[in-house]
Amino acid sequence: MIEVKQVSKFFGDRQVLFDINTTFEEGKVNLIIGRSGSGKTVLMKCLVGLFAPEEGVVLYNERDFHHMNEPEQHKLRAEMGMVFQGSALFDSMTIEENVMFPLDMFTNMSNEEKHERVDFCLHRVDLDDVNRLYPAELSGGMKKRAAIARAIACNPKYLFCDEPNSGLDPKTSLVIDNLIYDITHEFGITTIVNTHDLNSVITIGETISFIYEGHLEWFGDKDGVLVSDNQKLNDFIYAQPLTQRIRKSL
Amino acid sequence: MRIISLAMIERFFITIGEYFIFLRKVFSKPDKWSIFFKKLVFEMDTMGIGSMLIVSIVSIAMGSVITTQTAMQIESSWIPTWTVGFVSRTSIVMELCPTIISLLLVGNLGSRITAEIGSMRVTEQIDALEVMGIHPASYLVLPKVIASLIVNPVLIIFSIFFALLGGYVTVILTGMVSMYDFLDGLTYCFRVYDIVYAVVKTFIFAFVMSSVASFYGYKIEGGALELGKASTQGIVVSSFIILILNVLVTQIML
Ligand SMILES: Nc1ncnc2c1ncn2[C@@H]1O[C@H](COP(=O)(O)OP(=O)(O)OP(=O)(O)O)[C@@H](O)[C@H]1O
Ligand SMILES: [Mg+2]
Repeated sequence: MIEVKQVSKFFGDRQVLFDINTTFEEGKVNLIIGRSGSGKTVLMKCLVGLFAPEEGVVLYNERDFHHMNEPEQHKLRAEMGMVFQGSALFDSMTIEENVMFPLDMFTNMSNEEKHERVDFCLHRVDLDDVNRLYPAELSGGMKKRAAIARAIACNPKYLFCDEPNSGLDPKTSLVIDNLIYDITHEFGITTIVNTHDLNSVITIGETISFIYEGHLEWFGDKDGVLVSDNQKLNDFIYAQPLTQRIRKSL
Repeated sequence: MRIISLAMIERFFITIGEYFIFLRKVFSKPDKWSIFFKKLVFEMDTMGIGSMLIVSIVSIAMGSVITTQTAMQIESSWIPTWTVGFVSRTSIVMELCPTIISLLLVGNLGSRITAEIGSMRVTEQIDALEVMGIHPASYLVLPKVIASLIVNPVLIIFSIFFALLGGYVTVILTGMVSMYDFLDGLTYCFRVYDIVYAVVKTFIFAFVMSSVASFYGYKIEGGALELGKASTQGIVVSSFIILILNVLVTQIML
């Protein structure tokens, strides 16, 4: 379980996160939703320690991440997998080497075992026959999936996905959502997903934190999100003609 | 208008501080030695083989020019003709090869290092390493620094050889002085210390080149636009430091 307590983040004089309090539960898909620029990525980077919040704490099973000593932090990080908004695959390595990289660094597996694991992970994200290609040779959606494969290679306890399906077609987007949902439950991972994709919100959101201009505006789950009486949340959810029409029929 | 403002001086000292903090991160123990050696060999290979051709061509040309110019300066009949070889050798071994070739390598290897590390920063690959629990500075930069400490001195030795060869061939082709006198001069009063001096200089310059280039790539903030700026800055700053250190090292070692 990851708890966020009173986290505020500033860039210079500009405050982008205001006193965020929320919880991400173990073995579930936890969503962070909000409009572009609301602070989702910044919050996620505070969770994984790429940004240090000026105020507040991030607790991993009650242990304060930002005040651990270095070795402890590194041990915890070895249990994290992260999919960046821009995939962040290593472009000097092939897809296979990318996925194998955490295995090389953190395990003592034999070559054979590593290849087996890589093939398993790539197959799990529906990417066969791309082992020898470089990231530049893949499409955006394939890169996202390869990044997911790399993130799950070491059986992480915590999986962070920053907009895993932005810019993908609805069908591929669904495939990725289902994949994230399935691996979360298959391996009991604590998964945190940033998204503004409504389909993800209503299909995989077991907990949902809605961020509005840096404030945590609403917290709930996929059943509550469509019927809340929070004005800002409704403005976000029912912004498009399609969802407005759905609302009328609700 | 003031040319140097207080803010600039402050910026200067902050950058120096950041540089040394960066160096401390670079020189932390590699996360995994086997990976470190693999990367080291890879870097040595790309740096060494990649620069061999340009270094040898430039050296031959440099040797040829310096020999011709030396020969033209020495016309008086009471200066022995072997001086041409002697003076050429001394300038080539002690100054031209270590300094000029190091500057050439700054433009060639240094800018590549900045671009490579900078683009990894811009596309969040460095963040990805960090989240995985890897020390990115040590993982990415240490092999490059060590590789350049090994490769650059070797390249300089090659370069000295090619420069002398260039001078020799020029003498044969033009007949400015007799080949035997030139060879006499080349070997006259040869001191191993000169080579040591050249290698030590190169070693220091190599460290400056690789660490400053990595530093400028590593600290990029922002997008691809910053990348070009960082590479230029890296080249200018490391060339500047190299030329300043050249003066100091010369004063200390000679
Ligand atoms: N490194 C940074 N320096 C300064 N400001 C930043 C930095 N990163 C983000 N911000 C600011 O923080 C705010 C939140 O940005 P963030 O990237 O978290 O948005 P987001 O919710 O992830 O949006 P999107 O859905 O478009 O990815 C923005 O106003 C942005 O300008
Ligand atoms: Mg974002």
